[in-house]
Amino acid sequence: MRKITISLLTIFLLTLFVNISFSQEEPLPPSEVKASDTPNDNGHSITVTWKLSPDDGAGKKNVVAYEILRSDNPEGEFEIRGVAPAGESRFDDKGAKEKTDKNYLPGHKNFYYKVRAKADKTFAESEVSNPAFAYGQWYHTGKTTVLIGVILFSAFALYFINLARKGKKLFVRPLAGIEAVDEAIGRATEMGKPILYIIGLGSADMIATIASFTILSRVAKKTAEYQTPILIPCYDSVVMAVAQETVRAAYLEAGRPDSYKEENIFFVTSMQFAYVAGVNGIMLRERPATNFYLGKFYAESLILAETGSVAGSIQISGTDEIAQIPFFIAATDYTLIGEELYAASAYLGKEPVLLGTLKAQDWGKALVIISLILGALAASFNFQFFLNLFRVQL
Amino acid sequence: MRKTLPFAIVTGVGFFMLVQYFVPREEFEIIYEWSLDWIIVIGCFAMLLGLWSLTMASIHKVQRKTPGWGYSVIALIGLIFMLIVGLYPGQASLVKGSIFMLFFEYIYIPIQATMFSLLAFYIASAAYRAFRARTILATILLVSALIIMLRLVPLGPLSSVNQWLANFILTVPNMAAKRAFWIGVGLGATATALKIMLGIERTYMGRD
Repeated sequence: MRKITISLLTIFLLTLFVNISFSQEEPLPPSEVKASDTPNDNGHSITVTWKLSPDDGAGKKNVVAYEILRSDNPEGEFEIRGVAPAGESRFDDKGAKEKTDKNYLPGHKNFYYKVRAKADKTFAESEVSNPAFAYGQWYHTGKTTVLIGVILFSAFALYFINLARKGKKLFVRPLAGIEAVDEAIGRATEMGKPILYIIGLGSADMIATIASFTILSRVAKKTAEYQTPILIPCYDSVVMAVAQETVRAAYLEAGRPDSYKEENIFFVTSMQFAYVAGVNGIMLRERPATNFYLGKFYAESLILAETGSVAGSIQISGTDEIAQIPFFIAATDYTLIGEELYAASAYLGKEPVLLGTLKAQDWGKALVIISLILGALAASFNFQFFLNLFRVQL
Repeated sequence: MRKTLPFAIVTGVGFFMLVQYFVPREEFEIIYEWSLDWIIVIGCFAMLLGLWSLTMASIHKVQRKTPGWGYSVIALIGLIFMLIVGLYPGQASLVKGSIFMLFFEYIYIPIQATMFSLLAFYIASAAYRAFRARTILATILLVSALIIMLRLVPLGPLSSVNQWLANFILTVPNMAAKRAFWIGVGLGATATALKIMLGIERTYMGRD
């Protein structure tokens, strides 16, 4: 019994000794260190690759990380640029583009790299890599799929616009929310009450806000014809300025420039819930017959729509914010869901050229559906070539 | 001319933005960042317009004694007071403990939180309307909502079945609908951008 205990103790101590000595022993260095320009970037990054140390995950198994070192002279002093974990064989040495930045990596200047395999207390360095310099590319190859999509969609749009210009009648499916616009404005005229148009919390550079301006133009033209006041409380002062110009142009087009009142399009505040409080106050004091909520909306959507509902207004809403769509559907009478917001101005204007882009959207969707079916089949049968066609690198 | 020049700017900048998405070069990045800075600069100048609009609208309401004109008085007092406190010489306004920040933290933020908390009550009233099982679609919505909400409640032996159902609803029909929505929005946004860049849609530009 005593002998067995001593033998076991000896084996344990030996194993411990071997482990300690291995962890303190220098690992074998990584090899085949190669440096090259990082593709598809702005010209301030170099990619370093290497072959793992034989002691990384095998052999002595003592490599814990790799340190990547850089110098502009193969004989000069190298500085640490970053650390890659064990098992990793690639590192992007990303530098800043500003010369004043400490991390600045100049383009078109040769750099040399070394990779250091680190054990617990020791390390082993590789040979110096080939020289490499960073340069910017003129085309991002990872975005080819997007480019093809844009070209195809633009081709569809131009084709249908051209067809429409030649006088071909294009059928587009009716949208309940759009059909209700005339009725909603008519109701306000009959009741002698104003229309409240809310563009949302988006800034003027957001596509949903721009779509809202185009709808506002059609709505304002109708309110000018019916002599119904339109109130537009704004969250953003740039949006206010654009809305004023849009409504002024619509009144002019309707032949009623004298009816335009600039004070009806006003700035409230740029604070979300303060804006809600201001607009809710208007709803409860003015009791508008119709409320339009078209644009970018966030958490305030339901508070606005429910207050409008309490005030007894007909409400038409539309946004491209997916989280707010259920609130609008629950609280307003008609909702333009996502793309319908963008399509609304074409529906209201009924100009053939604008309808051409709607047809292009339909064809774009058809193309997406076909791609989805083919993609599902390709994934099921592991047909990687087709799947790789749709990969996008951002 | 009033529309030609803005249209030329819109088309030029629009095409540049499209091209720069595909060109990763530094020069393009710099112009892109520079144009984004312009949005901030324009926004700052436009803020003065907004301030003017708010002040004039409030003064008109007070002068005409329109319903609720008292709120306009409060708005004007608040505006002037915060301006004075914020611009008072010798004191950094955005430093913790300054009078400006005290008013912001202890008056404005609680009021904002109060407005936000109204959402809880409005969700209940909207849910009541949305979940009334009047039609087959509304009934499906009601049942789906119940399954999703109950996944957070311990249901004993039924928990695993409900969990599976909730996961299925979220990852299959719900995700499919969301993706369809995003694809539609993507195409719609592209179509709108194209209409604006090609000058087919110019209503937002105002008068000729």
